[in-house]
Amino acid sequence: MKRIISILLENESGALSRVVGLFSQRGYNIDTLTVAPTDDDTLSRLTLTTQGDDHMAEQIVKQLHKLIDTIKVVDLTVGSHIERELMLVKIKAVDHDIRIELKSCVEIFRGHIIDVTPSTYTVQLAGDSDKLDAFIEAVREMGIMEVVRSGISGISRGEKFLRV
Amino acid sequence: MELLSGGEILIRALKDAGVKNVWGYPGGAALHIYDALYRQDDVYHLLVRHEQAAVHAADGFSRATGEVGTALVTSGPGATNAITGIATAYMDSIPMVVISGQVPLTKIGQDAFQETDMVGVSRPIVKHSFLVTRTEDIAGTIAKAYFIAASGRPGPVVVDIPKDVTDPSHKVPYSYPADVKMRSYQPTDKGHRGQIKRAVKTLIGAKRPVIYAGGGVVIDNASDQLTELAQALNFPVTNTLMGLGCYPGTDRQYLGMLGMHGTFEANTAMHHADVIFAIGARFDDRVTNDLEKFCPHATIIHVDVDPTSVSKNIEAHIPIVGTCTSVLTEMLAINKELKSKPDVDAIAQWWAQLDQWRLDKGIYTASRYEESSGNCIKPQDVIKMLYKVTGGEAIVTSDVGQHQMFAAQYYLFDKPRTWINSGGLGTMGFGLPAAMGCQLAFPDKDVACVTGEGSIQMNIQELSTCSQHNLPVKIINLNNAALGMVRQWQDMNYSSRYSESVYEDSLPDFVKLTESYGHVGMKITHIDELEEKMRECFAMKDRVVFMDIDVDRSEHVYPMQMPGGSMRDLWLNKTERT
Ligand SMILES: Cc1ncc(C[n+]2csc(CCOP(=O)(O)OP(=O)(O)O)c2C)c(N)n1
Ligand SMILES: [Mg+2]
Repeated sequence: MKRIISILLENESGALSRVVGLFSQRGYNIDTLTVAPTDDDTLSRLTLTTQGDDHMAEQIVKQLHKLIDTIKVVDLTVGSHIERELMLVKIKAVDHDIRIELKSCVEIFRGHIIDVTPSTYTVQLAGDSDKLDAFIEAVREMGIMEVVRSGISGISRGEKFLRV
Repeated sequence: MELLSGGEILIRALKDAGVKNVWGYPGGAALHIYDALYRQDDVYHLLVRHEQAAVHAADGFSRATGEVGTALVTSGPGATNAITGIATAYMDSIPMVVISGQVPLTKIGQDAFQETDMVGVSRPIVKHSFLVTRTEDIAGTIAKAYFIAASGRPGPVVVDIPKDVTDPSHKVPYSYPADVKMRSYQPTDKGHRGQIKRAVKTLIGAKRPVIYAGGGVVIDNASDQLTELAQALNFPVTNTLMGLGCYPGTDRQYLGMLGMHGTFEANTAMHHADVIFAIGARFDDRVTNDLEKFCPHATIIHVDVDPTSVSKNIEAHIPIVGTCTSVLTEMLAINKELKSKPDVDAIAQWWAQLDQWRLDKGIYTASRYEESSGNCIKPQDVIKMLYKVTGGEAIVTSDVGQHQMFAAQYYLFDKPRTWINSGGLGTMGFGLPAAMGCQLAFPDKDVACVTGEGSIQMNIQELSTCSQHNLPVKIINLNNAALGMVRQWQDMNYSSRYSESVYEDSLPDFVKLTESYGHVGMKITHIDELEEKMRECFAMKDRVVFMDIDVDRSEHVYPMQMPGGSMRDLWLNKTERT
């Protein structure tokens, strides 16, 4: 099962490599990883996704917690939560019909065309991973040149929050 | 405020952290620090002959005393030589600070002379690490390093200090923090009260209980509490290799060590137990044997300070995260308050069964190996003699191999911190430097390093350190002319094809070798001279003595768990199994 794990980390040199090292050391995979400072720039918020059963998820959370730089860890997948991923896709768009079709596809998926050249469209799309996957399938035939995905960010719904 | 250079600050901070001894080896990137060391008398430095030994010696010192050990090395090869020592300490949760010199900040990343990314290289084998980038940060970092190393589940901490940070011409005000507070690190102390109560009730209800105590009890100095609880309940106790001494080895309730080379009675009792109280132990694969077949009837209570150890290999029915001391203290109090008591009849019946197992197949109720005779000296008999000659009062360090298991089985440790071995990493070469650390801590005690002719050669250069710093350790070399433990596995699994486990005629004359360092060497080849020579050895209080003892080359360590079996599936000798 897919797990979304959120970590609040001291924004110190070496902190990220300890998190990443832990995963390879313990034989877990990281599927996606995003990290950036929070509104408090002494803190980094890191979101990663991985696959694992309950036992494995519990171990991962405990191991992450054990890192000295870690302040808080949650497995967002245990509660109700929102996940979002940002994607930029560059698509070959020379043919007039394809440009029309692509535009309508972007509209259906509530994306934006953020760059245009005579032969390309660059599309920005945000949403959960399934939506991004579906968009890629929808435009695959048109000729994808490049795909950039940010990796998943997540936040829990309602009153719960992750803060020092 | 006083102005000090980075080197001076480091040494002063060590003093303020309570450090009295540092084991180390100088080199370019550490020279400012070594100069600061030279100009003071508070911190005593012991020069080793190889950085691995510096770390093992600091480790041995820590294991014997409970204090944080300290090692100091230079960058590059100095740092990488320290790695095996750090990994050894990490696996056994030993509190230690390793300070490494680093190339100047201005050169980091340029493949400078003797540059190694020490923080990177050591990352998977440290509890935490620091790269100090400002002279002003040295004192605070040292305070944090000692706090982290010693608290929670202890472990080694690396502090990497670039050379320009210790530049003598750059002086800054010195102040050592009064206490350390870290928002991201607050180790657990007390366990959950409700869980602890449940644990006590479960213990009281047990009919076939076993207390399975490990190195955590030693590290947390919880032996007294453990012993009191076990005796109040009249429950049997088994110790892991790392836990030896945390419950008195000569006590009636002690079943011996458990696991791969554990006793028949301890392993069989575990298998049949209805309640297992695991404390400061981690269900290591050298204990459990096949996890699928592990202790099928047992309710498991697991106490450990490290949440990641709990339910990692074996699911605990009653998990408790807390220090051994605090949890045991609470259990003792709860046990006194509770009206219900253990079922005396059931426990008596259980003891009758345990005693029967001991009598039938235990290694302490009868000799389960052929006696020594003439020139055939049994390694087990050497350990028994060591026990006799030292009155069971020595600090015994060991290397890794058959000799280690014989020492663990036949020297009965009554007190914690007297059995010093690399259980987790299994590092050959640990024994001698660790013994130096113990001897430094306890100058008046007998310190014996039980080793093999293979292991001792991994750090034998430290005989020179022993001379320089007056560390009169005793080396008991069980010389079976082979990498015995490897050969045992080759006997059992590879039809005795001794691939690279023998040395042909290349072994040194250990007596001459020892003498060349200015020490005393002894060669023992006959059982009849063993006692007298060993008494002579330990009578030489201020000398290093190397006893090179030829032991039976064909001996195996038994019992031995059968791969893929349950805990009780054992070879009892070369032909007999359970
Ligand atoms: C540094 C290191 N290398 C290899 C091993 C694998 N190993 C385990 S026991 C052993 C043999 C040890 O020989 P010796 O010290 O003579 O002890 P004996 O088993 O003969 O008593 C070896 C090679 C190890 N534990 N450590
Ligand atoms: Mg040998």
